[in-house]
Amino acid sequence: MNLLIRGARPYDEDPIDIVVRDGVVAEIGSGLETPEGAETIDADGRVLLPGFVDLHTHLREPGGEESETIATGSAAAALGGFTAIFAMPNTDPVADTEVVVEHVRRRGEQAGLVDVHPVGAVTVGLEGTKLAELGSMARSPAQVRMFSDDGRCVHDPLIMRRALEYATALHVVIAQHAEDPRLTAGAQAHEGVVASRLGLAGWPATAEETIVARDCALAREAGARLHVCHVSSARTVEVLRAAKAAGVRVSAEVTPHHLLLTDGRLTSYDPVNKVNPPLRTAADTQAMREALAEGVIDIVATDHAPHAAQYKDTEWAAARHGMLGLQTALSVLVHTMVEPGLLDWHGVARVLSERPAEIVGLPDQGRPIAVGEPATFALVDPEEVWTVRGTKLASRAANTPYEGMRLPATVVATVLRGRIIARDGQVVA
Amino acid sequence: MAENRRGDSAGASPPARELLTAADVTRTIARIAHQIIEKTAGAEDLVLIGIPTRGTVLARRLATAIGEFAGTAPAVGSVDPTLYRDDLRRRPARALEDTAVPEGGVDDKLVVLVDDVLMSGRTVRAALDALGDHGRPSAVQLAVLVDRGHRELPIRADYVGKNVPTSRGEQILVLLREIDGRDGVQLGRGNAS
Amino acid sequence: MKHLLSVTDLDAAAATGLLDTSDRLRQALLGREVRKLPTLRGRTVVTMFYEDSTRTRVSFEVAGKWMSADTVNVSAKGSSVSKGESLRDTAATLAAMGADCVIIRHPASGAAHRLAHWAERDAAAGAVGPTGEGTTTAVVNAGDGTHEHPTQALLDAATLRDRLGGIAGRRVGIVGDVLHSRVARSNVLLLATLGAEVVLVAPPTLLPVGVDQWPCRVSSELDAELPSLDAVMMLRVQAERMHGSFFPSAREYAIGYGLSEERAALLRDHAVVLHPGPMVRGMEIAPAVADSAASVILAQVRNGVHVRMAVLYHLLAGAPQ
Repeated sequence: MNLLIRGARPYDEDPIDIVVRDGVVAEIGSGLETPEGAETIDADGRVLLPGFVDLHTHLREPGGEESETIATGSAAAALGGFTAIFAMPNTDPVADTEVVVEHVRRRGEQAGLVDVHPVGAVTVGLEGTKLAELGSMARSPAQVRMFSDDGRCVHDPLIMRRALEYATALHVVIAQHAEDPRLTAGAQAHEGVVASRLGLAGWPATAEETIVARDCALAREAGARLHVCHVSSARTVEVLRAAKAAGVRVSAEVTPHHLLLTDGRLTSYDPVNKVNPPLRTAADTQAMREALAEGVIDIVATDHAPHAAQYKDTEWAAARHGMLGLQTALSVLVHTMVEPGLLDWHGVARVLSERPAEIVGLPDQGRPIAVGEPATFALVDPEEVWTVRGTKLASRAANTPYEGMRLPATVVATVLRGRIIARDGQVVA
Repeated sequence: MAENRRGDSAGASPPARELLTAADVTRTIARIAHQIIEKTAGAEDLVLIGIPTRGTVLARRLATAIGEFAGTAPAVGSVDPTLYRDDLRRRPARALEDTAVPEGGVDDKLVVLVDDVLMSGRTVRAALDALGDHGRPSAVQLAVLVDRGHRELPIRADYVGKNVPTSRGEQILVLLREIDGRDGVQLGRGNAS
Repeated sequence: MKHLLSVTDLDAAAATGLLDTSDRLRQALLGREVRKLPTLRGRTVVTMFYEDSTRTRVSFEVAGKWMSADTVNVSAKGSSVSKGESLRDTAATLAAMGADCVIIRHPASGAAHRLAHWAERDAAAGAVGPTGEGTTTAVVNAGDGTHEHPTQALLDAATLRDRLGGIAGRRVGIVGDVLHSRVARSNVLLLATLGAEVVLVAPPTLLPVGVDQWPCRVSSELDAELPSLDAVMMLRVQAERMHGSFFPSAREYAIGYGLSEERAALLRDHAVVLHPGPMVRGMEIAPAVADSAASVILAQVRNGVHVRMAVLYHLLAGAPQ
């Protein structure tokens, strides 16, 4: 794939031209010529970043296609600036064998947009009692690099220990959805004054931090790598900081919504705000921002969780957990981190692209913008403001909490190995 | 929440014209009391029922006057017609007033309904319906301080303090010492009462 | 007033107005031959109860009937609800059929709020409502999960006002399973709005996290609080809502937090005892106390009908909002 990008500013630095040949950056300079048969992108001073990598997406296929498919999820990803997404295994059937992960990988290829990497389940059926065939999944063409029971916690400490130990030989990472189910039985909303007034059963932050603390200890003992999904509580940050200081090989992610939204939104009982882990307090969102800036939380991962209307347009207790995230991730990150000066564009590249790729060992994503590297980019207009409309997003479902909000930054173009996959708000077939 | 019967015209419109002075009001009440005594021929089963708010005050004053002139004062009560009005849906829900039927009830009694101003007759119609749900009087009569015309129902007063022909745009203001600090009746411009 | 979803929908003036209307309605019905007011003739009121309740449902039904409204009861069992029809669709169906008001009791906190939201959204989209296109069904919250029970708080306030002569400045204790109690939440908020001082008494496991930010005090010592109270409200300890281990045994609960005869003797002479019902005699309240002169439990029930009539009056009698 040949391409010329004219006048882009990598990481918001000085403008340059980039010539791409056969999917690889061939030249970087100024006043460069378009190669033969190449497309041109007039970047016009916009910011160029490595394509984003989402370690936490729910594509719902197989089994939940009324809410999203691998094709529609891929489109949402491409429009959001993502070039690789990791599809969580809580599908129907669960992705706990090489057969299902292979299916997901192939469907991603057929969609022909972003790189779809299936995440394998840690335990069979996500039941938490028996290890799934991690090795088969890792060695399959799908090359599963990350395993998670996300949606559920690997609750049994013995199973978690075995999984961590077993993973060391496969050079894969175990990603824990940290939620002690005994402490969250029947829980509906963050345990605090808002939930107490609304009569919603409390979801204590201790359910998250106790599992993280336990797993860090187990990982340390096993010499294993641990990844913590969707950190939501300030107290968990403290646990992570201490664990990292002690040399535990733990990485952590935060969702865009946990950087911005708080439980104050729950007073309308609109289930668009219902998510696991729950929205917590302003002190927690502030702690998330600081931890992300500091690196105690390594990356942003969307936890994109589409739900068809019938699963959300109900009373609170009956609604499913989750919000869309792929197309709003960059904007929320800019709004919460870049605009207040907590993160510069190098930082954005780090948390959205470089560090996620590093955690899962993706060789061709999150690379520097340099000659010889794959031409995999997101071109961003940092100034443009847009209004979020759920029905206009590419996902099949429309459950975005930002409905009607005006957010900064748009993705002008997304390029994967030199091929333009999204441009000016449209995917390119 | 109470509906403001006076309207808010006091500041904006030209000053009201005094129709009855305080002394006139006292005399008029005394005259109505005499008329009631005469017409009801000293009935022992006489009950005065006021339509709140000012009708109740008038009913009490009439009862006192009747007591002075005839020796025994009739029982006094009040019936709030709000719940029986035919125009409730035209405005936000109104506050309710006191309903206090005297001990002894209204069954087989001669009831004189008392109100300050009679105009369309709809308030009296509602009061009659309210009264009817409390019992079955042997007869019901109506006493008003002012009849300003513009009847919309076939209702007439048995005892009238003063007939005051008015146009619809005008307003009758009845002032009573117990509520307004002084007695009087005024004619002004503003919302029809 | 468009809906009654929470006592926070009412400021002090509005709440007092409702209590005054309730008093006047009670007056208007006294000694009557025909115990019916014509005011809501032609209005259709539907009670939609997804939880078993006889007393509240009957209270609303009587309230509606005494105002001459047509009342219809829907219970979750035996209706299309048990066949999987969603709350949303059930509500829309009732509105299209002409329900001017839906009174809902539901196990999910926030159910009444969502119902009101859907009613308004459908009306704004021009859907057929009770009195034509774009009209909205009024929603009354008769108890949603562990969130609120506004008419209960109103009838409790009416009862207190009658027996104590007022509410402002009075000290009210609420004792029992506050964590799971919608009655407690509504009462704390309404009594605070009306100027009373409230103290919650419960074992620590039955107090919600965040209660320290409620407009009331909190205590674990019932005996210490009783002598200074003007009223004490005993909450039922709701076994069916508990998932476990909030206290070791019924016996221990009764010993620590039950209103025994000995405890009731600590109250001052004028103080009253309330209970939202149904009572578990011998658990949170001794039978002798429930039947004593200080108990206003039956007055609460009587006031319930008038208070609910007042709510229906303010929602449905005047011009549509």
